Amino acid sequence: MKSEISYSKAQLVILVSSRVLIGWYCLYEGMIKWINPSWSAFAFLNDSQGWLAPFFHSFAANPTSLSVVNFLNIYGLIAIGLGLILGLFTRMATVSGIVLIFLYFLSHPALINTSYMLPSGESAMWVNKNLIFVFLLLILLVYPTGDRIGLDRLLFNRFKN
Amino acid sequence: MEDKKNKKQAFSRRDLLKGFATLPVIGAFGYGMFREWNADRLRQNSIASELGLNFDEHPIAVPSKSDGKTLRIGIIGYGIRGEQLMRAAGFSRPELVDDWKRGAQRNVNDRRYGDYQEQEDLNIVITAVCDLFDVHAENALKAASNSNRSGVDGPMNQTAKRYRRYTDLINADDVDAVIIATPDHWHARMVVDAAKAGKHVYVEKGLTRTVEEVFDVRKAVKESGIVMQLGHQGRQTASYNKAKEIIDKDILGKISLIEVCTNRNDPNGAWVYDIHPNGSPETIDWSQFVEPTNPHPFSLERFFRWRCWWDYGTGLSGDLLTHEYDALNQVLHLGIPHSTVASGGVYFYKDGREVPDVFQAVMEYPDRDLTFLYSASLASERFRGKVIMGHDASMEMENTLTVTPDNRSTRYKDQLQAGVMSSDKPMITYIPGKSNVDAVTSATEQYFASRGLLYTYVQGKRVDTTHLHIREWLNCIRSGEQPSCNIDQAFEEAITAHMATIALRENRKVFWDAESEKIV
Repeated sequence: MKSEISYSKAQLVILVSSRVLIGWYCLYEGMIKWINPSWSAFAFLNDSQGWLAPFFHSFAANPTSLSVVNFLNIYGLIAIGLGLILGLFTRMATVSGIVLIFLYFLSHPALINTSYMLPSGESAMWVNKNLIFVFLLLILLVYPTGDRIGLDRLLFNRFKN
Repeated sequence: MEDKKNKKQAFSRRDLLKGFATLPVIGAFGYGMFREWNADRLRQNSIASELGLNFDEHPIAVPSKSDGKTLRIGIIGYGIRGEQLMRAAGFSRPELVDDWKRGAQRNVNDRRYGDYQEQEDLNIVITAVCDLFDVHAENALKAASNSNRSGVDGPMNQTAKRYRRYTDLINADDVDAVIIATPDHWHARMVVDAAKAGKHVYVEKGLTRTVEEVFDVRKAVKESGIVMQLGHQGRQTASYNKAKEIIDKDILGKISLIEVCTNRNDPNGAWVYDIHPNGSPETIDWSQFVEPTNPHPFSLERFFRWRCWWDYGTGLSGDLLTHEYDALNQVLHLGIPHSTVASGGVYFYKDGREVPDVFQAVMEYPDRDLTFLYSASLASERFRGKVIMGHDASMEMENTLTVTPDNRSTRYKDQLQAGVMSSDKPMITYIPGKSNVDAVTSATEQYFASRGLLYTYVQGKRVDTTHLHIREWLNCIRSGEQPSCNIDQAFEEAITAHMATIALRENRKVFWDAESEKIV
C-alpha cells in the first residue's frame, strides 16, 4: 500500500502538517454547521453566480435536494476533516475534499465584476482561496502521507495477507 | 520501508507511534470546539432557556372547527383586497388559478398555486356578492362559483347571487356572515346594518372614516352580539406571539420608546392602483359610491384610487399605521394613546391627492412611560423595522425576531462584562420556517411579507396569514368565542388612527379623554 515515493524528513513533516491543517479547517467548517441546527446551504446556493448558477439555484429550490446538500456538507466536511487529520482513508478523504471544494469554487467563481451577498473576506480575480485549496489537496493526492504518518499505516498493513 | 512483510501480524512500536501521531490534534481540536460551543451555548440557547423561552417549538395550529355546518358568506367589495380575501377563504377566479399554475410551471419558486391548493377547506359557500363596478361583481361571481379551485376548464358551481345594494345582500336569508372589503367610507354603515340584521362581520381596516362612526360600530356590534373580526391579519403571525412571550418575560427591561415605520416606493404601494379600462359611468354606480360622503362628480381616479382622498379614507393612518399599531397593541396591549401629534405632506406623488405620502405621528403613553413613534414614506423603500427599545435590550420585530442587549443594561451587566453577551450580537433570534424562503411577486407583496403581513409559518409550513385570520373568524362564529381582533381591539385601533389623522389635519396636539371617551 505504501507509495513508492521516498520523502526526506522535512518533506514528510511539511506534507503531513499541510494535510492536518487542511483537515482541521474542514473539520471545523463541518462542526460549526453541525452544532448550529438552523444552518442551511440555502443562502450559499442561492448566492451562486456564473455559468453554473442555475444548477446550484435548483438545489436550493427543492426542499429534498436542499436537505441532501445540507447533510452531505455537514457530514462530508466532518468526515473529510477527520480523515485528513488522522490519515484515515486518506486517499478517499483527499479526493472527496477536492470534489467538494471544487464545487464551492464553481458555485462562487471569482469572476470580474461579480460580488456576492455572503462575505468571503477576500479580494480575488479568477483565482480564489477555494481554487488554491483544490490544488493543495491535489498535491496531497500525488504525494500521499497517510500510510506513513496516519492510521492508514496500521489499517492497510494489518489486512495485507 | 521494505520491512513490512515480516511484520504483518504485530505492529512495531514505530508503526503505532507513526499511525497515531496526529491523534493529539483531534484532542486539541475537541478542546477548542468544546470551549467555543460552550460559549456559543451560553450566549444564545441558554439565555433563551434561562429566561424561560423555548424557541424550538413552533406554534401549534388551532384545530379547525370547519366540520360543523356550512356557513353561507356574502362578500361586499371585490376590488384588490376583496379578491385577496376570497382567495384566503378558498375562492379564486379560475383565470387566477390558471395564472398561478403557469407561474409554478415556469418557476419552481412560485408556490402560489401549491399553497392555494393546500389551503384548508373552511367549509363555507359564497352565496352573495355585491360590488358597484360591474366587472368586479362579475369576477366575484366567477370566484364564488369556483369551489373546486380549478382553472377555466374546470367544473363550476353557481352558488352566488349578485346584489346591487349591500342592504339587500345583508338581509338575504341565505347569508349568515359578510366579508366587507369596500373603501373605508362605507365600512361603518355596512357593519352597523349587518350587526342589526344579526350577520357576523369580517371587515377590512381602517375600521371607519370618521370618529363618530367608531362609536356607532361598537354600539351596534356589542348590542347585537355578532362575531366581528377586523382585518389585521398580523394577529396570526407566529413571530408576534413569540414577541409577546419575550415582552411578558420582561427580557427587554423598561420600554420607553417604540418605533414603527412604513417604507414603500412604488406607485401601487402609494395607492396609484390601475384604472380598469371598462370603468365608466355605465359600469360604475357612482351615486351609490358617494352616498355616505361628500358628493363629487364622477371620477375614475377617485373610484379606483380612493385612498388618496379624505372623502373615502384616512390615508396612511387608516391604511398602514393601523397595521403597525395593531401589531404592537397585540404584543404590548398599549390601548389608546394619551395624546398624539402628527405632521407630513404630499411631497412626492403630486398627482392631485389630498392625503400625505410622508407622514409621522408621535403618540404618548404617560401611564406606561413610553412614546410610540410612527414614521412613514411612500417614496423610499429604505427598510426600517419595528423596534421596541428597552433599558436592558431592544427587539426588532418582523417575521423574524432579534433581541439585542443594551450596552448599558443593568440586568445583563455581568454577562456583558464577562463577554457572554455583547451589544453587537443578538442574544435571541427567532426565525420561523427557517430555510423556507419563497418567491413573492410584487414590491408591495414583498413589503408585506417582510413585515409578517403576508405569510406566517405554522409548524414549519408557510401559511397565508389572511387565510388564518378568516379561519379564526369562522371558528369563532361556530363556537361563539371572540376572535383575536374583535370589536374592542378594533375600537382602540380606530381611535388611535383617528387621533393621528385629526392631529395632522387640524395641526394640533390631540388628547384622549378616557373618562368620557372623547378625542379633545
